[in-house]
Amino acid sequence: MGQLQNFSKGFIRENPVFILLLGLCPALGVTTSAFNGLGMGLATTFVLVSSNTVVSLIKNFIPSKVRIPCFIVVIASFVTIVDLVMEAFLPALFESLGLFIPLIVVNCLVMGRAEAFASKNNTGSAIVDGLGMGLGFSFALTLLGGVREILGAGEFFGMTLFPGDGMLVFVLAPGAFIGLGYLVALNNIVKKKLD
Amino acid sequence: MSEQNLFLVESSPQIRHRDSTSSIMWQVSIALMPAGIWGIWVFGIRSLLVIAVSIASAVGFEYLAARSMKRSTVSDGSAFLTGLLIGYNMPPLVPLFIPVAASAFAILVVKWAFGGLGANWMNPALAGRVFVFFSWTSGMNAWKLPRTIQAADGVSSATVLGSLKTLLMDFSGEASSAVGMLRYHEYPASAIGQQISSWFDRVMQMRISAYTVDLAVGNVPGSIGEVSAVLLIIGGIYLLAKNIITWEIPVTYILSFALLIWAFDGLRFGQGLFSGDAAFHVLSGGLMLGALFMATDMVTSPVTRKGMIVYGIGAGMLTFLIRVYGSLPEGVSMAIIIMNIFVPMINRYMQPKVYGTAARRGSA
Repeated sequence: MGQLQNFSKGFIRENPVFILLLGLCPALGVTTSAFNGLGMGLATTFVLVSSNTVVSLIKNFIPSKVRIPCFIVVIASFVTIVDLVMEAFLPALFESLGLFIPLIVVNCLVMGRAEAFASKNNTGSAIVDGLGMGLGFSFALTLLGGVREILGAGEFFGMTLFPGDGMLVFVLAPGAFIGLGYLVALNNIVKKKLD
Repeated sequence: MSEQNLFLVESSPQIRHRDSTSSIMWQVSIALMPAGIWGIWVFGIRSLLVIAVSIASAVGFEYLAARSMKRSTVSDGSAFLTGLLIGYNMPPLVPLFIPVAASAFAILVVKWAFGGLGANWMNPALAGRVFVFFSWTSGMNAWKLPRTIQAADGVSSATVLGSLKTLLMDFSGEASSAVGMLRYHEYPASAIGQQISSWFDRVMQMRISAYTVDLAVGNVPGSIGEVSAVLLIIGGIYLLAKNIITWEIPVTYILSFALLIWAFDGLRFGQGLFSGDAAFHVLSGGLMLGALFMATDMVTSPVTRKGMIVYGIGAGMLTFLIRVYGSLPEGVSMAIIIMNIFVPMINRYMQPKVYGTAARRGSA
């Protein structure tokens, strides 16, 4: 598998949200607007790339029986960095993402890539994989956030597209599930076309 | 032996009933007519427009969805009935885009995303109603006083249950029952309702409040098709007589709800147990429309009689909980939708005994 394919698989073919169905908790919880989705996605991307790098570097020193706790320590360190940096420089985003930033630690996408990819591959591939998966995750969250923001509030990235009341359901929790369901279906159609 | 001499054996069913999907759908629509005509008469001609828009959009979306699947299902009447029920569930002054959105959600998302009629696990009309209710709350509260109530300007046209919920928020012991509460705050009652109420008092020695009479007849603000309990019951009896619905769901639904209201509703007014006004609550809101026409939807209700009883009691309990302890005034549509989710489970555990299995246990 070439590095380009390794990178691009995260967008459609193995999209973490639409195909692997990993990391659904933030995907459903924070995507009330496209900006929140993008912010959450990029924060996860940073953690994913960093943790993939470190895990692939130290994979030979980790005893396999305690590998999960070791991964968690690595991931938690980077999440703490994101948490503090975001609080300092992006207080508004930090406010709206709230508890979901510390919860990146238990995001099964980050854990899954460490377990399934970074602990078995060299550092270069692990970085590319983390970047591809992270950006695919950001893409999915921005898309879902955008759909919910357009339908629910009539806005996109805060710009008013059409005035008046949107369909409030799409800002509430049911809209996340309905929107995600349709995006998964759409992604499957695109994937079938690609194959 | 040649082929022609063999008996032709078809797979079951060998005995066919003359009822078809479309004949059932049309009979349900006919049974709904009296209540709808009453609604159009008391709320004005705009209600007819709301119902027409609902039906037209539901049939239109059904046509589009079926066409995209290369099928033709408009003639089975199910989309017409869904549209009719959506129209009945709209307040008279609703902005017209809301029924269209409700139809779109009902037909495209709830029905066709799962494969069309028979494959939907939730009642499409109710899902459409709940979708728009949570999306455009102010549009879905555009009530109007019926023409049978002459009231001064500025009198609130909120529904009976909606007013009750609001009034109970700052309740300070001014009344001891739901009817007393409405009377204390001068909720409008129709002249004919008061006359009938006093006739019952004089001639029959029965104390039936004017509000209860108004709820039974349909002299209250509310959704277009839900106000007249008596006309809905007549439609329900027609369906029962035609064997289109069975008694289990409506009777257990209404009975369990009435029992719970009688037992616990008095507590809200500072009274003891077993002092709630069951008649008032059974006749108000969308309970009759829900219990007779929506909970009994063949696709989304259990198949066995035992299952129907469980389903009806569950819906009654949930309606009671939402109406009395929840933040929403009514609870019928939410309760039925929640019970729709349980239908596969009810069907799984409420299967009839296979013939012969019980005897084998006895002989062993």
